[in-house]
This record gives sequence, structure tokens and C-alpha cells, in this order.
Amino acid sequence: MPSRIAVPKTYKLYLGGEFGRSESGRSYPVTDPRGRFLANAAQASRKDARDAVVAARRAFGPWWGATAYNRGQVLLRVAEVMEGRREQFATELAAAEGWALRRAPAMVDAAIDRWVWYAGWTDKIATVFGAANPVAGPYFCLTIPEPTGVVAVLAPQTSSLLGLVSVLAPVIAAGNTAVVVASQNRPLPAVTLSEVLATSDVPSGVVNVLTGRTAELAPWLAAHDDVNALDLCGAPAAIRADLEATAAGTVKRVRSAPAAEPDWTRPPDTGRLRSFVEAKTVWHPVGT
Amino acid sequence: MDWSYDPAPESREIANLKPSYQLFVDGRFTDGGSEPTKSVDPATEEVLAEVGTASESDVDTAVQAARRAYDRVWSRMPGAERAKYLFRIARIVQQRARELAVLESLDNGKPIRESRDVDVPAAAAQLFHHAGWADKLGYAGHGPDPRPLGVAGAVIGWNFPLLTAAAKIGPALACGNTVVLKPAETTPLTALVLAEICQQAQLPPGVVNVLPGGGGVGAALVAHPGVDKVAFTGCTEVGKQIQRTLAGTGRRLTLELGGKGANIAFDDAPIDQAVEGIVNGAFVNQGRARCDRLLVQESIADELLDRLRARAAALRVGDPLDRNTDVGAINSRDRLERITQLADAGDAEGAQRWTSPCPLPQRGFFFAPTVFTDVSPAMRIAREEIFGPVLAVLTFRTPEEAVAKANNTPYGLSAGIWTEKGSRSLWVAQRLRAGVVWANTYNRFDPTAPFGGYQESGLGREGGREGLAAYLAVDDDGGRR
Amino acid sequence: MSTQTPALPASLADATRDDASLRCFLRGLPGVDAVGLEATAATLATRSVKQESKRKAIDTAIRMVDLTTLEGADTPSRVRSLAAKARHPDPERPGVPAVAAVCVYPDMVAPAVAALSGSSIGVASVATAFPSGRSSRDVKLAEVALAVTAGASEVDMVIDRGAFLAGRYGEVYEEITLVKQACRGSHLKVILETGELAGYDDVRRASWLALLAGANFIKTSTGKLSPAATLPVTHVMLQVVRDWQQRTGVQCGVKPAGGIRTTKDAIRYLVAVHEVAGPEWLTPLRFRFGASGLLNDLLMQRRVQLEGHYSGADYVSQD
Repeated sequence: MPSRIAVPKTYKLYLGGEFGRSESGRSYPVTDPRGRFLANAAQASRKDARDAVVAARRAFGPWWGATAYNRGQVLLRVAEVMEGRREQFATELAAAEGWALRRAPAMVDAAIDRWVWYAGWTDKIATVFGAANPVAGPYFCLTIPEPTGVVAVLAPQTSSLLGLVSVLAPVIAAGNTAVVVASQNRPLPAVTLSEVLATSDVPSGVVNVLTGRTAELAPWLAAHDDVNALDLCGAPAAIRADLEATAAGTVKRVRSAPAAEPDWTRPPDTGRLRSFVEAKTVWHPVGT
Repeated sequence: MDWSYDPAPESREIANLKPSYQLFVDGRFTDGGSEPTKSVDPATEEVLAEVGTASESDVDTAVQAARRAYDRVWSRMPGAERAKYLFRIARIVQQRARELAVLESLDNGKPIRESRDVDVPAAAAQLFHHAGWADKLGYAGHGPDPRPLGVAGAVIGWNFPLLTAAAKIGPALACGNTVVLKPAETTPLTALVLAEICQQAQLPPGVVNVLPGGGGVGAALVAHPGVDKVAFTGCTEVGKQIQRTLAGTGRRLTLELGGKGANIAFDDAPIDQAVEGIVNGAFVNQGRARCDRLLVQESIADELLDRLRARAAALRVGDPLDRNTDVGAINSRDRLERITQLADAGDAEGAQRWTSPCPLPQRGFFFAPTVFTDVSPAMRIAREEIFGPVLAVLTFRTPEEAVAKANNTPYGLSAGIWTEKGSRSLWVAQRLRAGVVWANTYNRFDPTAPFGGYQESGLGREGGREGLAAYLAVDDDGGRR
Repeated sequence: MSTQTPALPASLADATRDDASLRCFLRGLPGVDAVGLEATAATLATRSVKQESKRKAIDTAIRMVDLTTLEGADTPSRVRSLAAKARHPDPERPGVPAVAAVCVYPDMVAPAVAALSGSSIGVASVATAFPSGRSSRDVKLAEVALAVTAGASEVDMVIDRGAFLAGRYGEVYEEITLVKQACRGSHLKVILETGELAGYDDVRRASWLALLAGANFIKTSTGKLSPAATLPVTHVMLQVVRDWQQRTGVQCGVKPAGGIRTTKDAIRYLVAVHEVAGPEWLTPLRFRFGASGLLNDLLMQRRVQLEGHYSGADYVSQD
């Protein structure tokens, strides 16, 4: 008797809390590192990127306006829901990155733990990066870190889950909303992560995940007036300088790509949190 | 009673004006490779002095000098020693404060009261504050042993020449970097005296270099591959060009750019202080956070505007060196023309113009305080940075509308809130997308308080712990902090 | 100067209808931000007044002085000597203007009036249980009547700060209106004793309250308490008389008293008058200095201006 025929998943884009195919109707085949077909992924277009920015902008006010405690609970919830799907992630990750199945769970665990780390950061950012400024005058003067806004994240190309979580979590922990372009050749874990986000209290539009050609989508995001910051982490080397130059059109905050993809298993620092916050200094007189 | 102030001018002699000024490279004053320019007193259109201009090879020489000083001396010097040099420089700035103030007013056109009471003391405070950081960087939250970047290229504007120079040199040197500074073409003199002060302080040669010149010198400095970090203060257009120039180089950049700040006056504002703050923001302070929009709640618009016009009419426009002058000269003819043009656009687009009846000097670049009412958000005077004593007034009905209108600009430098209601004040402060928010006050600066813009008003901050990040290697992935 | 109270505009008349309306009006006045106010006052104080304008300012200040003696040890002879000084502040220098008024306790009004007869110099009397204001209303009104009967052309009353601080604005208002009636045409200055009030918001409220009740002048202090007059407090009061004129068309005056001892101080006040209320206020009809020591410093500085060298205390009469 033949074994049961599996029901494969259709991998979609995640925009404004909805899963859908690209408006262009395009898809592209995703293979494992040895070239074996895994699935077809949606190939997002510039219009999908535009829609993602609109969704992220709409989500920004409420997400930033939520309390830091609330954001921390949401991020922890992501970790909890991922924990319940550890095996699925391990299987998918092993396939995507071409590992032996026994190596994958450690990567998934690291990704889950990264969410936990950043979940704990949400209500410490202002404490650690903010300041009460001892100005020379009768003024109460505070500097408060605030999220930069809509951040376009070009996810790492190699580490499709831990790398992705390592760049995405700090962005939303700080109160930004994100438009993520997933690893071009390894997009499937990102889509599964989207499913986790959709079922774990992350408000619609806070994270939007595009799959497709990084080099096709990135210039549109770099040029988009309503994108405030750009993380070039997974940008193809050939177009990094162009993207940065394009981003200058609206003085976007650009986090440069590392020379080589970092070892994401190393403990993170606060650099990524700091990259996407703005210091706001507020003055008020002290008098009767 | 008919009673007016007699002129009370500061003496030009105090400025110790020299017939010619030179570049400061590697600890020495030298002639520049380009044709010298003349620095003009914008209040009289008279030539103040001839100023040497850097050539591209001077830029190269200066960057090399800064690199040598960085490699051999400055980056190896313990922070405690760097601190003492900065304290020395701060002290000499204080000792020569009056000279610097008069020179700044001569060169820039700003009233002596402002250069004397704001610019020069604030410059000394910048140096003093940052001096103390030099041996305490490990406590700044950027890791236990943060490293400097190398050679910092600083290109600064004309609006606060000495203060901006100090705000670049202070943190750069404290963090262990060396500096090549290019002052604005129209206001190079105080930066060159600051160079002389570095000499008096026996700062090692090459740690600070000053290259006067025009935009070409700035562009050459910014593009120089030996510069590890660029700090720029100036207009947004040039800031964008610099960001493009540096794209893909991995060199670090901070920008302090333009703004279109709004003061928001609610119906429960402390009205006399609000008027004073708005008048100061719009007409008196020359720029760093000029606030050329006023959003006033409809229910008090008439009353507030009456008082505002009465107050603005009492401002004294004229000789920058007169201690009773409130509004000095516009820094250059070009800028005066741009202000005139934008104000004319205000007329053409249907706004109502009011001009202060104050007398203006016959010579020099002056513009009387001007208020436009019936301004709609789409007009050029409501959208473009004016950089002159011109205020565009819009009205609003609810706090939500006020915030929406204030944020409706690609800039995000500063904003003011006037209300006696604490909770509303904080509510608005939280929602304004601006790097500095002044509630019931305006135009306050302090070296301990980070300053800088959101969006197209800049990148990074100056001042405080936050400002140090601009001069330290802090952004890499992987365990630096 | 007019001492008749013209009918108030309807909006202000409503404010005085009853205690609740008064409270509502005073509480609805715009607030004062202390830091901004003090910063503005400090900035204006850096105005530099030189040469001809300084000489004019000194003469203006002399004309604005209410030459004051309010001591337990006051005697008719001391008052007469003060009156002589008021007529001719610097007899060796002709052309020095006379001061605005002499300010004394009620029992010293008669000798002051006698000594100043034939001059245009006013006689001001403090009254209403000066300086504390702590007595019964009958006693206060009797004191006003005493001063006016003795010939005082100006009455400097104190408000009941206790009632004001307790929020009993109607009571304070009523007392000022009664004093105003008892003045029988004499000019009424209302002392707020700002050093006892709860900040600048209160100064603004008390100023409006006094003007609503018919004050011709609002005066900062008794001079018996520190802090007495300060520049920021005077700024607030000048703003109120300016606003009062806009609402009613009537120009009322401001009198800082106490602590103003030098010409430099006096000129700073004149700059404030000029820039906050306007040049129309630069007259003894609308601005006075309550002071005793100030006059001699003005005289010495006047000599410096005229003679080009510094003068000394032995060269002007001590009173």
C-alpha cells in the first residue's frame, strides 16, 4: 500500500496581515542547495513592494503607540508559537539550507531564543539609550529614543531563519514596522515565519514579507519616499552602493551590509536596535 | 515721551581683524593653492579681510597631516591627556570670548547680543563638555573600549560658524579622531581664530586643520578616500549629495540639515511667553533651528497675531555690532535674494503679508520681520525652508490637526508647543516627528542634549552620549557592544 | 489724571458680577511661564542705554520717583526735609526735575501737604493697615478717610493677601471698591505685595482684580518684605496694563517699589516699560518708582553724565 500523498503548502507573500500571491501573478521555483525542487514561491513585484510599504506605514502609528510592555509580550508570543512548530521549522530549514536534519533544531532554537532576547529589550530601549540631560538652565530635558518608522529589510541571503530573525526582531522591537525581502534562494522559512507572525498577536502590517528577486525589489524600496530606513544586510554586493545612493534621495538611515554574512549564532549586541531609533530631545521649563 | 536708544556699538577693534587669513594645516598657517577670496561684512558690504582658499592638493595635504597626527599621536594618547587639551581650548575660547563674538558678528551679520550671549558661550560649553568625555568613553554605552574612526572631515554652515565648529571638533577630538574642518565660504574667520587657539593650546600639529574655501573644497574633502568620517552641517540638498558620494564606501556620515519647524500655540498658551518664543524662533535667532511656521489654534489666532505683530514691530533691525540690535543682517546677497523671492511667492500665492515698519539701514543685506497669514499648507512659504525673518502662519482647530500639519513636511528638525496643559503638551511632544521638541520654550541648546533631525533634517545627533556615536566605531555586527 | 472709573465694557462688567464670575474670569486668564518670563526680562535688561538717551532716561526716572519714607521714626521735620528734596533734588544743579510725589504714613500727610504747597508734587499716603493689611475693614476705610481728609492726593492701599490666597477674590474686590469710594477722587494705587503671592499667575490675577475694582495704579510691593519689586513681576504688571488699555481704552499705571537702588536698575525698568507696555507709558502719570535711596544714585549718575567724571556720596544730600 502506497504511503500517503502529502499535501504541499502554497508559499505566499505576507502583506498587511494577509497571505496572497503576487499581484503580478509570478512565481519562481525554489530549490535546495543541491538543486532539488522544493516549492514555487511568489515572485513579488514593485507593486507588491509598494503595497507592503502602505501596510507598514498604516501599522506604524498603532505599533509605536502600543506600550513597550505590550510589544514585548507580542514578541515573546512569537517565540512561543515558533516553539510549537519547532519540528516543522527544522525540517524546512534542513531542506532550505541543505543540512543534515540533526543540525537544524539548534538553529531553530537559536532563532526562538533571539525572539526572546529582543522581547526583553522592548521596555529597556528608552532606559538604556535615553537620557535625562543635565542642561545648564532651568529646564527638564529628556532624550527619548523613538522608532525611525518604516524600515525596509533586505534579509540575509544565507541564514534564512536565524539570520532573518536576527535582523527583523530588533527592527520591530524598537517599534518600527518592517518590509522584509526574504532570502532570494531560501525564502521558504520566511514564509513559514510569516504564518507564525500571523497567528501570534503581531498586528497586521507590522511585518510584511516579500519573496522574489532582491535586486528587483530593493531599488524600489530604496527609492520609496515613505520608507525611512534601509537595512542592506542581504543586498547583492553589486548593487549596494547604488541602493545607498538612491536612499540618499530622502536621507534614509542606511545600515550597511557587513563585508561577509555574520555568524548569527554569536550573541547579538545592541547595534541593530540602535540603528533604527531616532533620539528625540524634549525641553520643558522648570518654574512655578 | 520720545525716547530712543542711542547707538551702542561694540568696537570693531576688539575683533583684532587681520588684513588676511590663511589655511591652518599641520599646525601651521599657510597660503592656499587657490585664489584667495574676500570675506564681506554683510551689514555694510565692506570687505573684512582676504582669506586664503584651499586647493585640492591642500585638501590632500591636510588629510594626510590629520592621518599622521591620528596614527602617531592622537589615537595613542590616553583619553585623560586628550581631555586636558580640550579643556585648554575651551578655556582660551572663554578668555577670548569678546573678540570671537565681535568677529562672528562682523563676519556673519548676527547681532552681537546673540554671538556674545549664545554662540561663543555655547561653543566653549561644547568643548568643555566633550573634554570630560575623552577619558570616560567606556561609560558612554558604546561598549567597554570604543575605538575612534580616524580622520573626520567636517563641513559646516554659515549660521553658527564657531559653535558648529566646536560642536564637531569637541566630540571628534574627545573620541580620539583628528579633524579637517571646512568652514562656510562666507563665514571662515572665527574657525581660523579657533585654529589659532588650538595653536595657543599647543595642540599637536595635524590634529585640527582648517581649510577655508567654497563648495568645491567641501566636495573634495568629503570625497577624499583618506577621510573616515564625514560630519556635515548645511542644506538638505548638499547633504543628499554627500550621502550619495559616500554610498558604498563604508565611511561614516552624520548630517545636520535643514528644517521647517513649527511652533504650535494652543488656546491655553502662556500667551506673552508664547509670543516671545515665536518671535525669537522666527526673527531673532538666525537659523540653527529656525522655526518659520506658526500653527495657532483658531480660537486665539486674532489675539495672538495682534500681540505677535506688536512685538515683532518693536524688534530693532540694524547694525549687528549694536548691543541693542535684535535682528542683524542676512548673511549674503544670495540668501537675501532667496528670502525676497520666497516672500514674493507668498504674495503671489495669495497669503497676506505684514511687514514690520521698523527702519532698515541703507546699506547691507537686511530684511524686515515679515508675517504671512492666510497661509495654506500647499504654499511655498509653508513648505520650503526660508532662512530669513519670515513667519508663515497657519491655523488649526484640534490637537490632532495641529500634529498632522506640523508633521506634514519631509523635514523633522524641531518644533515648539505652547500650552499650559501638561498632558496635552506631552501628547503632542510624543507625536511630533522632530528631533527636538521645545514645550513652552524655544531655541534652547546644550552640549549635553542631543540635537539633530528626523527624516530629511539629518542623520545622527550632536551632543550628549548619543552624539559620541558619530565619532566612534560602533555599528558593526558581532559583539562590539 | 482721571480718577473716575469709566463704565467697563460688557465682557469685563460681567466678570465682576459676583464672586463666581470673578473667580471664573481670573482663573481663565492666560498663564505665565516663569522661565520664559524671566529669560525675556533678563534679555531686555541687557539693552545698552548710552549718552543722550541715558541722560534723558535719568531725568525721566527722577520725575517718576515717589520719594518715600515709611519708618516708625518718621517725624514732621524729617518729612519736611524730604519734601524739600522732592522739590529740588539737586539744588546745586539747576534743571533737575522735581520728583512725582512724596509717600508717607497717614499721620505725616498734613506736614507733607504743607511743605509741598504750591508745587505740583503729589502727596501719597499708604493706608489700609499698611503693610500687612491685617485689620478690620472699618479701620482700613477710616485710615483712608484720614489720609484723604489730610490732603493726600494719592492713596497706596494694600490688598488683603490672606483673602486673595484663600481664593476669596470677591472679598478683595469689594474692599478695593470701598477704598476707591473712600478716596473721594484721590488717585488709588493698589499694592499687591507680589512677594507674598503664589507666583506670576497670581500676580497677573491680582493685577486684573485691582484694575477691575478701580485701581489707577498697580504697585508691586510695600517695600517691607523681600522680595520686593523684580523685573519679571513688573513685566507681568506692564503686560496687564497694556492689555487693560486694549480692552477698556484706559491707561493705568505701574509702580515697582522696594529694592530699586541704582540708576542701572531704574533704566532697566524704563526699558521694560518702553518695550512691554510702550512709549506712552514713559510718564509719571503711568509709571512710578517707589524708592528712597534711588534718587541719590540718579543724581550722582546725572552728574557723571554732565560733568564727565564720577561723583561721590558726599556730594549729594543724604536725607
